[in-house]
Amino acid sequence: MNNLHVPEWSFWVMGLALAAFVGMFIQMVRRNKGIRRSFYAWPYTLWMIISTVVPLILIAYYALTDKSGSFTLENFANFWDSNRNMKTELLAQGFNPEELGLGARGTVNVDTLAYSMWMAFLCTGISLLLGYPAALIMADREFRLGSTIVVLFIIPMWMNFLLRTIAWMSLLEDNGLINTLLESLGFGKARLMYNSQAVLLGMVYNYLPFMVFPIYNSLSRQDARLSEAAMDLGANKWKTFWRVVFPISMPGIVSGITMVFMPSVTTFFIPRVLGGGNTEMFGDLIERTFLTADDWNVGSALSLVMMVLILLSLGLLRKVDPEGEGGSLI
Amino acid sequence: MKLLKRAYLSIILLFLYVPIAVLIFQSFNAGVSRAKWEGFSLRWYAQLFQSPNIMQALYVTVSIALLASMISTVLGTMAAIGIHAMRKRPQSMMMTLTNIPMTMPDIVTGISLMLLFIFSKVERGYVTMLLAHVTFNTPYVVLSVMPKLKEMNTFSYEAALDLGATPGYALRKVILPAIRPGVITGAILAFTLSLDDFTISYFTTSPLVQNLSTLIYSEARKGIKPTMNALSALMFVALLILLLVVNRRTAETK
Repeated sequence: MNNLHVPEWSFWVMGLALAAFVGMFIQMVRRNKGIRRSFYAWPYTLWMIISTVVPLILIAYYALTDKSGSFTLENFANFWDSNRNMKTELLAQGFNPEELGLGARGTVNVDTLAYSMWMAFLCTGISLLLGYPAALIMADREFRLGSTIVVLFIIPMWMNFLLRTIAWMSLLEDNGLINTLLESLGFGKARLMYNSQAVLLGMVYNYLPFMVFPIYNSLSRQDARLSEAAMDLGANKWKTFWRVVFPISMPGIVSGITMVFMPSVTTFFIPRVLGGGNTEMFGDLIERTFLTADDWNVGSALSLVMMVLILLSLGLLRKVDPEGEGGSLI
Repeated sequence: MKLLKRAYLSIILLFLYVPIAVLIFQSFNAGVSRAKWEGFSLRWYAQLFQSPNIMQALYVTVSIALLASMISTVLGTMAAIGIHAMRKRPQSMMMTLTNIPMTMPDIVTGISLMLLFIFSKVERGYVTMLLAHVTFNTPYVVLSVMPKLKEMNTFSYEAALDLGATPGYALRKVILPAIRPGVITGAILAFTLSLDDFTISYFTTSPLVQNLSTLIYSEARKGIKPTMNALSALMFVALLILLLVVNRRTAETK
């Protein structure tokens, strides 16, 4: 598994870098009788390089090499055709996979990716549709409870998110609370769990607050005089909303979309619990490839594909919000 | 219309609170059944303190959240001060470096750290989990301190230097008080993120050292025992009380 040979000189390089760093520090303290302020960022820089940049390089390394450590694009080919390994095996043993009827492309990986993107897209859309009106109501100047309700949106997040998701399980189960209620009212039992809808419900439930906060922030910061001016100039309420309030809240929407879409493409706990294995998503697939199948090379390739897709979608969003004001997370 | 708006908000909040109500309800249920009420009992709360697994996971979770948030607050605040003092080019490079982990999905962060630990032959456990938590917390601290530094009047620092303060003294007496709110926000954010993290902990620890999230995950298949619900109900109430106390105190100081 771990056949990446660590060259001994890499430890020497790291040691020398550390020594140089300490040396520079001492030199600086001596010379200026004080530390230059930008020097305070050095420990952080070093930390980030070791814990973020190096691991990313490792992922890229594994994605572009095979088990013996030589360069290959095979892992990406495996992503495209999950039957590829089996077919090469068959060919090596002298069978022709086409003749055995096994020549078809294995579409598991690509299908899972498409399914995850679709689910994340639905989750983001539903959260936006549910969350925007809520944020709008909360940010209304005549509505005095706005800031209290924001806290009410935060409080549920203090309870462990796995437990909250599992709590949905006891609501949706065949003998769960909702079905018990349905039965006592004379309706039959419904199958509510182990399908895409249940997973979607769990995702919207978990990520809705991340849509509401940034939109609420950008709406409540808006200058009320702008919409008053629009009204004075003869626009009705509807027009004022679409022409003034909505466009100015765009940065909030963009950051809300980012904060919901990203975690929902990659979630692997929610589909496992509420989907019960019928609804594998891309996060599941990556986790399974790394830990169950123990295939770091293909797993890294999958991670890279996903990161590229996320970066592309972020890039697209940036076009909508070029000033990057959407970073109003805090 | 007003009624309609309130009804809408209530429905959304109901949606958010139903599972929590269910959890608390189950923690007081005498039976193990998830749906049937078998009478009120505190037995799960009593059992909670005798369960070594849960108590250890609680210790790991809270101690890591405390340590990680403290370390990353110091590291991140220093970094923000340093980055703020840099010239334009290195400054934007540092901000890109800070934004990388924010755009990385949790699972990739977790896996890449796992690869790093295995690569450098560090055995995964408590320390690696702590390091991972510091890693994903620190950028949040940097990003919450940065705006406060930008809002600050740069001349007050220079004035302090002109009046004979050493850089260190000026830092303590001028810069730190001005950025305090940002530092506190960052610390609280780091603490909550760390307390609730599952994905990154899952990949960076060993099965022997579990925090609450990974323990819940490993028990999810067998079915969660109501003791876990009792614990989370207690933690929830504790945080709620903390919030109310803090609110009361800030209201008083105003």
